[in-house]
Amino acid sequence: MALSGHLLTVVIFFPALGALALLLLRGDDELWIRRLAFVVSAAEFLFSLFLLRAVPIGATGYPLEEFGHWISAPPINYHLGVDGISMFLVILTTFLTPICVLVSSPGVHHRIKEFHVMLLLLEVGVVGVFLSLDLFLFFLFWEIMLIPMAFIIGIWGHERRIYAAVKFVIYTMAGSILMLVGIVWLYNATGTFDLPTIQQLLQSGVLVLSERTEMILFLAFFVAFAIKVPLFPLHTWLPDAHVEAPTAGSVILAGVLLKMGTYGMIRFCLPLFPEASHRAAPYVAALAIIGIIYGALVAMVQPNLKKLVAYSSVSHLGFVVLGIFAFRDISMQGAVYQMLAHGISTGALFLLVGMLYDRRHTFEISEYGGLATPMPRLAAFFLFVALSSLGLPMLNGFVGEYLILVGTYQVHWKWAAWAATGVILSACYLLWSYQRVFFGEVTHEKNRELPDTSAREQWILVTVAVVILWMGLGSPFFTRRFAAPCKALIEQTNPNVMHEVMFPDVAGPHDREHAKNSVERLASR
Amino acid sequence: MIPGFADLQRVLPELIWCGFGVVLMLVQPFVKSRQALTFIAMVGAAAGTLVTFFGIPGSGFSGLIQFDTFSLFFHWLIGLITFLVILASDSYLERENLDGAEFYALILFATAGMGVLSSAQELLTAFIGLEMSSISSYVLAGYRRDSIKASESAVKYFLLGSFATAFFLYGIALIYGVTGSTNLAKLAEADPANNLLRLGLTLILVGLGFKVAAAPFQIWTPDVYEGAPTPVTALFSAGPKAATFALLLRIFSSVHAATNFWFWAFWILAVLTMFAGNLGALVQGNVKRMLAYSSIAHAGYTLVAFAAVTFVRSDPEAVAPAYAAVLFYLASYSLVSVGAFTVVSEIGGRGERYLTFDDYAGLGTRQPFAAAALTLFLLSLLGLPITAGFFGKLYIFTAAIKSNLVWLAILMAVNSVIGAYYYFRLIVVMYMREHKGAVPSEAALGLSPTAAMVVTVAAIITLYLGLAPNHILGIVLSQNLMLSAR
Repeated sequence: MALSGHLLTVVIFFPALGALALLLLRGDDELWIRRLAFVVSAAEFLFSLFLLRAVPIGATGYPLEEFGHWISAPPINYHLGVDGISMFLVILTTFLTPICVLVSSPGVHHRIKEFHVMLLLLEVGVVGVFLSLDLFLFFLFWEIMLIPMAFIIGIWGHERRIYAAVKFVIYTMAGSILMLVGIVWLYNATGTFDLPTIQQLLQSGVLVLSERTEMILFLAFFVAFAIKVPLFPLHTWLPDAHVEAPTAGSVILAGVLLKMGTYGMIRFCLPLFPEASHRAAPYVAALAIIGIIYGALVAMVQPNLKKLVAYSSVSHLGFVVLGIFAFRDISMQGAVYQMLAHGISTGALFLLVGMLYDRRHTFEISEYGGLATPMPRLAAFFLFVALSSLGLPMLNGFVGEYLILVGTYQVHWKWAAWAATGVILSACYLLWSYQRVFFGEVTHEKNRELPDTSAREQWILVTVAVVILWMGLGSPFFTRRFAAPCKALIEQTNPNVMHEVMFPDVAGPHDREHAKNSVERLASR
Repeated sequence: MIPGFADLQRVLPELIWCGFGVVLMLVQPFVKSRQALTFIAMVGAAAGTLVTFFGIPGSGFSGLIQFDTFSLFFHWLIGLITFLVILASDSYLERENLDGAEFYALILFATAGMGVLSSAQELLTAFIGLEMSSISSYVLAGYRRDSIKASESAVKYFLLGSFATAFFLYGIALIYGVTGSTNLAKLAEADPANNLLRLGLTLILVGLGFKVAAAPFQIWTPDVYEGAPTPVTALFSAGPKAATFALLLRIFSSVHAATNFWFWAFWILAVLTMFAGNLGALVQGNVKRMLAYSSIAHAGYTLVAFAAVTFVRSDPEAVAPAYAAVLFYLASYSLVSVGAFTVVSEIGGRGERYLTFDDYAGLGTRQPFAAAALTLFLLSLLGLPITAGFFGKLYIFTAAIKSNLVWLAILMAVNSVIGAYYYFRLIVVMYMREHKGAVPSEAALGLSPTAAMVVTVAAIITLYLGLAPNHILGIVLSQNLMLSAR
């Protein structure tokens, strides 16, 4: 295949090409703008599926890479690469974008061309973030994707959209500029921006960071990612951004943008600063657990349906962070899985909330009630998605949370116990809100005549529901593909695992017990 | 002594700029068409810039002038800025009904002064260059005679500027007293620990600090920038600043007495300037003033690189990137600033009435091209990737961290975030707010063709430097450039 040499480039820049083509269309040619945007994003999805073939099961490292020189001094290279983890995040992005195009046809009705251009440019930025192996290139995409997102919130959002857009930009900028200082520091120490090279330098001991420096650098990166995730207490931009963003914006924001933060932790924080990650782990885990519980509690008392979903993201992403910083093979897999599952489930919840908004132009739960009577199909989909989000077995949310909790339990049972309350709480707020919105008598006359799902909406929801079910039942399809990189990552990161390697099976049970104790001590340190 | 042909050749750009200035004044009574005057001025600006290609490196006038790749770089930059400013002034002068000939002549004289500044190897020569550019600037600032703000601008600039010049002159006098020479080459051999010498250099730093609008000598900047005709503001924020920085760099990177000890001075200046500029810009409701404050902030960023230069002076390996960072940053900032002020000048309308943020509301739909270009410039000032400003900032970060000035880099990062707020606010206003009330018919017009040309050139350069900085970087990093300046 001629493309295969530059598959990654194609996957990144094809939407940009599409955006360019969109610019050529007349601004008032609504129908064709939407059609072209959909075709481009759907084609992009198909391109990204080629990645599945390019990344063999069980492969570690980066099975598919691209390298080109860009700037000579400082040596910034166009270095792309994909592994099992980033592959699925790319596919998640390319899967959600055509859905966003479809779903925004009633919601977005002015400056339609600009909207779709922004959406496609956003896709470029996000996919670029997931595929960059050069720190500089990574930062570049990381910053570039800010602008289209801010525009999507600020132009096509709801009442307080400008406030939300500015808050989003300032928060992200604040984090990322410190990350830039960290990146430049690393470059200064190593003379390269290339991630694998720096990683190798650190692992081989050529570059030794003092304990303090490592911690500072870790924080420079971590804070930027934590803002994006968002980790408690840096989450305050998220509810505003979500509530004010148009449906498509929320879907992309929750579905993919938040994952950039957790992906950054996996790809940069852990392998580059393993010692610091371990030392910070108890604090990070504490924040993650606070986030899980706090997010869930705040979600429970939200009168605003969209804010409820937004806070549920804080809670669910807390699981992901916990899974990452438990430093367990299994919890890491769970974290990656939860990233994907959350992208689909929460994306779907935002789709549904957006569909309700299209009908009634409000997010207030008190404005709804008894909706199952006029719109049984929408109610059924909502229930299905809510169940997947709260982690019902057989559906996608369960797999990730379960793996994370199992992995965390191995390290620290208290962490797992506290986190598990989040699962229960998520059932509370989702089912309770579902009950208030859909069950009972129809309380508002306006709601009695609401139309049920249209054919277009139904297609979107069926697609999403199939994916949810498939991810619940066929989870090995996914886990097989990112198990190897997760394992490799943990092995690189974990001094614990090195201990286990040092105590092979030949050693007696006493030794193994000893090793296990020291592992636990290290982990709880 | 009588200057030889080679000497004259080394000041050929300045001669041409001055010559065209004089020609413009002479032909004024005979040429009625403003366009013709603009054309002559542009030819002059371009010719002065292009002859540098035939310049022969070396020192002229027995060591008063050093024509090397360093000054070559600044001659190109200044020439390009002047060319763009003249082009942008054409429609401005027509709109404001102002005389063309003197305006262009003054701009060309100022340019010649900047040229002298960037190649001066001797302090009194530098003084002459400084005065040439300053005095022309004072007149240019007050060029809109019937505007009160312009008069305020000119008077303020003149009084404070003279004061600053006096500082500079005192500094030269003290240095002459200590070393018996005003030549930088001689100065380099002086005893760095001499306190009188340090005092002299401090006074020079104060004088030049005023010219580049470094805090605490920046108070004049917003008022002067606001009152001056906007194309002139574009020139102020780019040309004299770049030229003065060139002189500062020549003094403080080539004179032993002016290094090491001076590191903290630059450190403090940089921090003060960044905060003064950014915090001031934060509360502005007037776009022109906001950009004026932002220009202070950017002087602060440049000073960060200066701190790096003075800190690692002894280590040629480390000083190279710091040095390159200054040049690259000046180039990127100047051109972006010219572009941004040109848009502001066009949006301002007759009498520069439409300058507030509210006037920019809805610009994204009203004037898509102007708004898109201004957005690009703002993003570059903000330092977002694929624009010139991003690499400028990156190189300064790199320079600062290479010199172990991590704290300074962090303070600069904090400032960048503050900057993000007010730049982004303008973008928000342009695209996300609707204009309140009826849009004045005048403000609905697009950019004039000449201004559009300037904006396009500036935008292309912004993107070019952001996507492929290799070429310019190759120039500013070339060994040749550095050695000759030392």
